Amino acid sequence: MIPSPFDLVRPASVEEAIEALVEHGDDAKVIAGGHSLLPLMKLRLAVPGVLVDVGSLRELSYVRVEGDEVAIGATTRHFELERSDVARAEVPLLPHVASRVGDPQVRHRGTLGGTVAHSDPASDLPTALLALGGTVVVQGPGGRREIPVTEFWLGFFETALSPDELVVELRVPRTGTAGWGYEKFTRRENDWPIVAAAAVQGRVALANMAGAVVRATATEEALARGASIAEAAALADEGTSPSSDMHADADYRRHLARLLTRRALETAAASS
Amino acid sequence: MQVEITVNGERRTDEVEPRLLLAHYLRDVCGLTATNIGCDSTSCGACTVVVDGLTVKSCTVLAAQTDGAQVTTLEGLAGPDGELHPVQAAFRAEHGLQCGFCTPGMVMASIGVLADNPDPSDREVREGLEGNLCRCTGYHNIVRAVRAAAQAGPAAGQVPQAQEVEA
Repeated sequence: MIPSPFDLVRPASVEEAIEALVEHGDDAKVIAGGHSLLPLMKLRLAVPGVLVDVGSLRELSYVRVEGDEVAIGATTRHFELERSDVARAEVPLLPHVASRVGDPQVRHRGTLGGTVAHSDPASDLPTALLALGGTVVVQGPGGRREIPVTEFWLGFFETALSPDELVVELRVPRTGTAGWGYEKFTRRENDWPIVAAAAVQGRVALANMAGAVVRATATEEALARGASIAEAAALADEGTSPSSDMHADADYRRHLARLLTRRALETAAASS
Repeated sequence: MQVEITVNGERRTDEVEPRLLLAHYLRDVCGLTATNIGCDSTSCGACTVVVDGLTVKSCTVLAAQTDGAQVTTLEGLAGPDGELHPVQAAFRAEHGLQCGFCTPGMVMASIGVLADNPDPSDREVREGLEGNLCRCTGYHNIVRAVRAAAQAGPAAGQVPQAQEVEA
């Protein structure tokens, strides 16, 4: 399978990347690791005329503490996040979830900014980010702006990003020793989750239960008013809209959401 | 567009289309056909090669994305006198293959496993090879081969080109 022809732009800086996005508009797509975009292009489901390759912009590759937050550069690859001592100490949910993405070869290429911008509802790391809270920092021709993660993923492959904006950084609160849990149900170890649940500090996010990653708000509200984990988890699928496909039907996904939420909350409670 | 890629220690300059995949570059431009294309969808790992010390699935990387990089394929493992890389030797000794189609990718991925963990347990080998499928289901001997290769020391987790760079 071979992608249709395109021009490749290799910017030397974030500013040059944005200039290219401004110049080419809707015809351009950003590529970093390419592990979400290239498969779509090979199937000709995506046919961009221009690719802007930001994968080699190492200025966007870092994990560091900034005040109460951990700042992670957009081109940080999954294996780098997985092994980051800073991430392990300050926000351990994230490196754990990074280690559950795909397989080693995929984690050597995939980037945090890429998976965030792609907005696949089955993505592991956006699910973890949504549970953690925090912001997506994007940069466009007018400068930088911060978008709360709760407002970033709008639907299937749809985000709050403008076509001339680039994801440059993710900022998440430091959770330190707070308990956390991540439960992912797959048929094979390196698959996308059929459903996944991330839990930390009373917040729960779900993968593959709607057009985008979603928070289990009914569960969170129940926990906030003192419900037991079992009672709260039984509400996890409320307000979700899972689809049916060859892996699972919607009812089974609802069952998984409740079950995995309970397990994730139990793991979080046991580890705090 | 023009790319400069060091393949198995040999620096090359080639004119490629931006859409050319690394797997096709290696097979069709360089003539290195050990790298197999199996699923062509980032699942099976048959096309695994090492780029700048990291295993990647070359069906999902553009050749242009490796401009300036060091790429090692199975052909780049054996020494100049034909001496097998420790992982190759272990796959042969432990019969870590049946039909052989997955083998080039398995060998390259195994080097990656040993680079991260010089003495892995059975479970760690299996987790490290989660991105590689053997449709003969010959996994037991593959795991045995990787563990045997680990006994050869650090060279099992390195590609020869990396050794030259470090030297």
